[in-house]
Amino acid sequence: MKHITDFVIENRTQLGEQYFSLTLRHPGQLPPIAAGQFVEVEVRHCREVLLRRPISIHDVDAERNTLTLLIQIVGKGTRQLSELKVGEELNLVYPLGHGFSVEGKRPLLVGGGAGIAPLFHLAKCYQAKGVVPTILLGGRTKELIPVRDAFGQYGKVCYATEDGSLGEKGLVTQHTAFAGDYDQICTCGPTPMMKAVGRYALEKGIPCEVSLENMMACGIGACLCCVCDTDEGHKCVCKEGPVFDVRRLTKWLEATK
Amino acid sequence: MAKLETKIHNIVLKNPVMTASGTFGYGEEFADFINLSRLGGIIVKGTTGERRQGNPYPRMAETPAGMLNAVGLQNVGVATFCKEVYPRIKDIDTNILVNVSGSSIEEYCSVAEQIDELDNIPGIELNISCPNVKKGGMGFGTNPEMAAQVVSEVRKVYHKTLIVKLTPNVTSVVDIAKAVEQAGADSVSLINTMLGMAIDVERQRPYLSTITGGLSGPCVKPVAVRMVWQVAHAVQIPVVGLGGISCAADALEFLMAGAKAIEVGTANFLDPAVTVKIVDGLQDYCQRHHIDDINDIIGII
Repeated sequence: MKHITDFVIENRTQLGEQYFSLTLRHPGQLPPIAAGQFVEVEVRHCREVLLRRPISIHDVDAERNTLTLLIQIVGKGTRQLSELKVGEELNLVYPLGHGFSVEGKRPLLVGGGAGIAPLFHLAKCYQAKGVVPTILLGGRTKELIPVRDAFGQYGKVCYATEDGSLGEKGLVTQHTAFAGDYDQICTCGPTPMMKAVGRYALEKGIPCEVSLENMMACGIGACLCCVCDTDEGHKCVCKEGPVFDVRRLTKWLEATK
Repeated sequence: MAKLETKIHNIVLKNPVMTASGTFGYGEEFADFINLSRLGGIIVKGTTGERRQGNPYPRMAETPAGMLNAVGLQNVGVATFCKEVYPRIKDIDTNILVNVSGSSIEEYCSVAEQIDELDNIPGIELNISCPNVKKGGMGFGTNPEMAAQVVSEVRKVYHKTLIVKLTPNVTSVVDIAKAVEQAGADSVSLINTMLGMAIDVERQRPYLSTITGGLSGPCVKPVAVRMVWQVAHAVQIPVVGLGGISCAADALEFLMAGAKAIEVGTANFLDPAVTVKIVDGLQDYCQRHHIDDINDIIGII
C-alpha cells in the first residue's frame, strides 16, 4: 500500500559538502518499508521545480516512526531540499518500488557515492535476520563516501577510494574483499560500477541485485518515463525496480551507455 | 450539494473530472491514493494494434512549469488490453475510456473495432495527435483532410461515443475540429502536448533520446484554454478540455471557456490524489457561488 503523507523534519545533518540527511517523523504509524524502496519528495517554493524527486530510503526506525533520507545535492530540486529546516514539513509519496530480496546467507553489499543510501537499511534488515553482510563502500575520495562508521554496527565494512584516502586504493571491484565467497551481491551506485559488479556476479553465477536510478516523473508506473531496457523490454524502474535481478538485465549490462 | 453531472454525447459523467491518457496508467496505479469511483472518467493509456516498446530512454525532461515527454506510445497492445487489462478494470464504477492510437487508418480501425466489443467501455478517445511517434499520430491530426479521413473510417466500425483528441501543433485548431465534427466525431478533446525541445548545455546534447517531445504541465494551460474557447465556439459537439490543469480553478477556466468535461494529466504525477481534490474544489466553488448545476457555468465566456 502506497501513501501520501506530510512528515515532519526531525533532524538534518550535513555530510560533507555534497550530501545531507533528513530524518522525518511520520505523524502516526510508519507502514512497513522494504530495503531498496524509495520515496517521491515534493519540492516546495522552487519555481523551476515541478516534479517530485525520487530519493531512496536510507534508514527506517519502526519504533520511533521515522525514516531517514540521504540526499546528494545534484540539481535545483535537491538544492532546495537541502535548505529545509528541522520542524518543517515534507510531503512524501511512499513507499515506492520493489526492494532487495534479503535472502543471502553470505551477502556482499557494494555501494558507491549516494548509492550507499539504501544499503544502510538493507544491512539493518540483514542484521535483523542474524546475517552479517560484508559492506564494500567506494568513492573517488573519502569525502565522497557520505556515511562510513555507522555501517560498522551492521556488518563488516571495507572501503575503496580512487585516491587512496580511505581503505584500499582503487575501484570497489579491485578491492580484495570483492572477490570473497558470497551467495548474494546487492549493489547501488554509479552505473559503470553497478555494471562491473553485475557482470562479475553473472559470470560467477552469484545472485545479484542492482538498484537503478533513472529520471522519473510519477514514481508509480503511470507515466512510463523511467524505463530500463531489460531483457523483457522496457520496464519502469519506479514500479518493477528500482531493484532488479541482473539476470533480467543482460542487455543493459552489455550496453556501453 | 450542486449537481456536477455532465454529458459527453451518450456518456454521463458523475462530474466533469477525467484523467488524461498516459498520465494515469490503467487507473489501478492510483487506487491506493483515491477512490477511483469518485472520478467522472478514466482515459487509459494509448492503445495500439500491437504491443509497443516506445522510444529509448531518456524520455522525460523537466522544464519550467512543465515537462517534456517522449514515451512514444509504449503499451501492451489491444489484444492484451482486452484479454488481461480490461477484466481487471471493467468494474471500476466510473467511465473507462480507451485512448486509441495507431500508425495507419487500418490500425486505428482495427483497435477501435476490438474496443467496440467491450461492454464496459462506453467510448474511445481517438489519438490523432501524439507528437512522439514517427508514423501516424500527429501526422493525421495536423491536416484537416487526413483527420477527417481517419475519423470517418473509424466512425464506420465504432458505434459508441467517439471523442477525437486534437493536437495544438497546428495553425488553426478550429479547422481540424470542424473537419472531424463533419466526419462524425461525437466530441473533441484538446489539447494534446505541444511539440517542444530542451538542451542540456553542459553535455551539449538534447535531453530526450528523440530530441523533440511533448510539452505538458501548467506552462501550456493558457494556450489550452484559448484553444478550447475557440473550438467550443466553432463546433456543436461537446468539447473536453485539458492542458495543465492542476486545481479546481484551472478546471473551472476550461469549463467557463466551453469544455463540458476536463482531463487532468501531468498534475497526477505531482499529487496522485489531485483529481478528487479537484472534484471537491468544484463542489466548493458551486456552493460559494450559489450555483446549483455546474452546467450553468459551462461556456459562459
